Amino acid sequence: MPLTRSLKTKARRKAALAMASLTTLALLSLAACGGSETSENTQPASTTATSDANDPCETASGSLTVYSGRSEKLVADLFSQFSTDTDIDVEVRYGDSGELAGQILTEGNATPADVFFSQDAGALGAVSEAGLFIELEDSILNRVAAMYRSESNNWVGTSGRARVVLFNPTLVATPPTSIDELLDPQWKGKIGFAPTNASWQSFVTALRVLRGEDDARTWLEAFDANKPVAYEKNGAVRDAVNAGEVALGLVNHYYLYEKIAAEGAENVVAQNQYLPGDIGGLVNVAGIGALENSDNPEGSQCLASYLVSDSAQGFFVEKSFEYPLVDGLAPFDGLPTLEELDPPSIDLSDLQSIAETQELLNDVGLLSL
Amino acid sequence: MTRPPLALVLPGLLAALTSIAPLAYLFDIASDRGLDFVWDEIWQQRTIELVARSLFLAASVSIVSVFISVPAAWLVTRGDIPFRSGWRVLLALPLAIPSYLAAFAWISWRPSLAGFTGAFVVLTLVTYPYVFLPVCAALSRLNPAIEEIAVIHGRGRSLQLILLAARQVRGSIATGALLVALYVLSDFGAVATMRYDAFTWVIYSSYRSGFNPSRAAILAIVLVLIALALLFGEKILRGQNESLLSARSVDANPRHRVSIKPVAIAFLSTIIVFALAFPIWRVVTWVYRYGSEDSMADIATALWHSVFFSGLAALATIQLALPIGILAGRYPSRSTTLLEQSTYVTHALPGIVIAISMVFLGVRLLEPIYLRTPLLVIAYVALFLPVAVGSIRSAAEQIPDSLDEVSRSLGLSQWGIVRRVTLPLLAPGLLSAGALVVLAGMKELPATMLLRPTGSETLATRLWTYTSVSDYAGAGPYALAIIVFVSIPTAIASRRL
Repeated sequence: MPLTRSLKTKARRKAALAMASLTTLALLSLAACGGSETSENTQPASTTATSDANDPCETASGSLTVYSGRSEKLVADLFSQFSTDTDIDVEVRYGDSGELAGQILTEGNATPADVFFSQDAGALGAVSEAGLFIELEDSILNRVAAMYRSESNNWVGTSGRARVVLFNPTLVATPPTSIDELLDPQWKGKIGFAPTNASWQSFVTALRVLRGEDDARTWLEAFDANKPVAYEKNGAVRDAVNAGEVALGLVNHYYLYEKIAAEGAENVVAQNQYLPGDIGGLVNVAGIGALENSDNPEGSQCLASYLVSDSAQGFFVEKSFEYPLVDGLAPFDGLPTLEELDPPSIDLSDLQSIAETQELLNDVGLLSL
Repeated sequence: MTRPPLALVLPGLLAALTSIAPLAYLFDIASDRGLDFVWDEIWQQRTIELVARSLFLAASVSIVSVFISVPAAWLVTRGDIPFRSGWRVLLALPLAIPSYLAAFAWISWRPSLAGFTGAFVVLTLVTYPYVFLPVCAALSRLNPAIEEIAVIHGRGRSLQLILLAARQVRGSIATGALLVALYVLSDFGAVATMRYDAFTWVIYSSYRSGFNPSRAAILAIVLVLIALALLFGEKILRGQNESLLSARSVDANPRHRVSIKPVAIAFLSTIIVFALAFPIWRVVTWVYRYGSEDSMADIATALWHSVFFSGLAALATIQLALPIGILAGRYPSRSTTLLEQSTYVTHALPGIVIAISMVFLGVRLLEPIYLRTPLLVIAYVALFLPVAVGSIRSAAEQIPDSLDEVSRSLGLSQWGIVRRVTLPLLAPGLLSAGALVVLAGMKELPATMLLRPTGSETLATRLWTYTSVSDYAGAGPYALAIIVFVSIPTAIASRRL
């Protein structure tokens, strides 16, 4: 069975790659976050990654409870490396970002979580608005461009992802380059999307924020009239596009690369169409915030600083094909840079108004599958 | 009418309280924005459509489940088909397939099944055993005299006998159909995977975003009201003629010659192919084709957590279900019935609602056990009490009153009767109740997700993590493990009933 074998080889190669990047990570982070005096002294000032004068990891110890909306498969290695490097024990509760945000809001000040690591900015915004986060230190915030962190300074983006139109070139010669082109009747019944997916809802929230409620509703009604095909998850949308079930899919940029990594480039026909300068090209972030009632505030700050270090940023690029958010770091092979993508400028904290988005989607009839 | 012993009434009240506690949270959240808001939410067209859609699904699944289960149950208990007990276990085994797993197996095979068709097919295939099992239990206790009279009078055809039997066990049919309807109303996995816009889906979305809990709570309350209406309906259906059942299983009962045996065998095989063989074939294919992503140690740890949590839940649930089951089965009165039916209320609440209620109550009132094993077990108790109560009650009400009377005439106290007569006769019922809780606990998803001790992944949470990203390689081994290990309690439950 050559297919099976090639898949297995690929899996092994992937594992080797992960191990390699972990080793790099270990070396880099020893320098960045080790908190040992020698590394602090020998490190030239120009290359300091996270080791500002007030490195939050300097004095941090103890243990942390992290609520992680990012999957265990993706970030477990990162957390265990963090524990090794800093001697801070990490207990991670994995789940869906929205669900964990709901859990934190329901728990209120009694939450056992020290840190919330979220898959998207909306969930962070909700916890932030409930007043449950504490401000992050400047040394952490300053690593990341203002566009990709909270304006109230209480959460910071750790990696970015761009919304794209995934298309099947055997069905589509010239894919749309803006969301308004998606309304063209030629795409009737040919667009796949995941109505309950957080990234899709973040895009709709951005649409509301940037175009206003009325215009957003108009666009959604027109989109609904074009009979888009609903799927439960982005992964299913991607597979449907690749299989030619639908011609276009509204997903994030990295879904394509996941499939290529899993099945080999020769077995994937779908391609990404980026939407520079268009609302449809929204760049949303995964990010981290520290809970105010934490009994280990130093540990929380330390973890946040760790996730925006060069090494952790490189980890996201290698493992999940996401965009690094720290200046001067390159994205995954062959991807256009964030500047080239020219995403719509929006305060990502505004993406917290998911409730209104869902109400609007409900009204239009697009929320339910 | 005899008064039930106080030793039963107090724990019974406690159990009912456990089930009802989440409602306090719901009413609190629902009324957050005033009664006008509640009223507006309910009398919206979209809410009414939602009710209609959900009821339609629940009714369709219940009705078809009855039409599948009653003939099947009769064939394996009263018919002279070969390998009766083998068939019986096989027909009960679809209980071991979680709805989200079955749904995923079907939709990944034929995406066009999405919508009502898929939800209906999957839910029927995973819930019909809720009718099949109690009907089997009742049929094997059926007083053979009535059938003999019917045969003597020339009514010997299978169909006539099935109808006759069905009339005698209509209480069990009604209970089973009720459980199916409640299961369908509260199921999340199948409707979510099949993208059918039912109650739980909308409630879940409102909760998950965390920002519109009022609407979710209001919808959850509407769901409870529907459940209450169903309970009332079941009471009427159940009727008063359970006295036709004899005290214990009459296994030496006469078998009836099935007139068209090949049709009967084909009928049973078809059920098993769709409900059992198909999902197993899919899962085995995934494992064969993609292997495993996680180590055996990961899988074994998850298995251990599943067994540990659901085992504890079974012990706790039986403790609480026993008094209620005995009260409802042996001392039927307005108040004991109310007690029993209060436990059914939570069965109609989606797991996600119970889970969030427990988060709210737990972190405030039970902080020391919050996100620890005991609170998860309490949530399981609230979720699965009705299953256990139902099983114990049917066993209890089949003990003839005459045994009580004789015992009393021989000088036994009220409590002595419970201890020395009722309990020993209930033992098989208890075992099957425990098995039902274990299998439900191992399959349970939302409450496990929210309340499990941090870091303790179970088979179900692992499986969900992988299927939610369509990762067959990751999902395969966990899916297989769930099917294999949930089959054990399922087989126990089906054999002992």
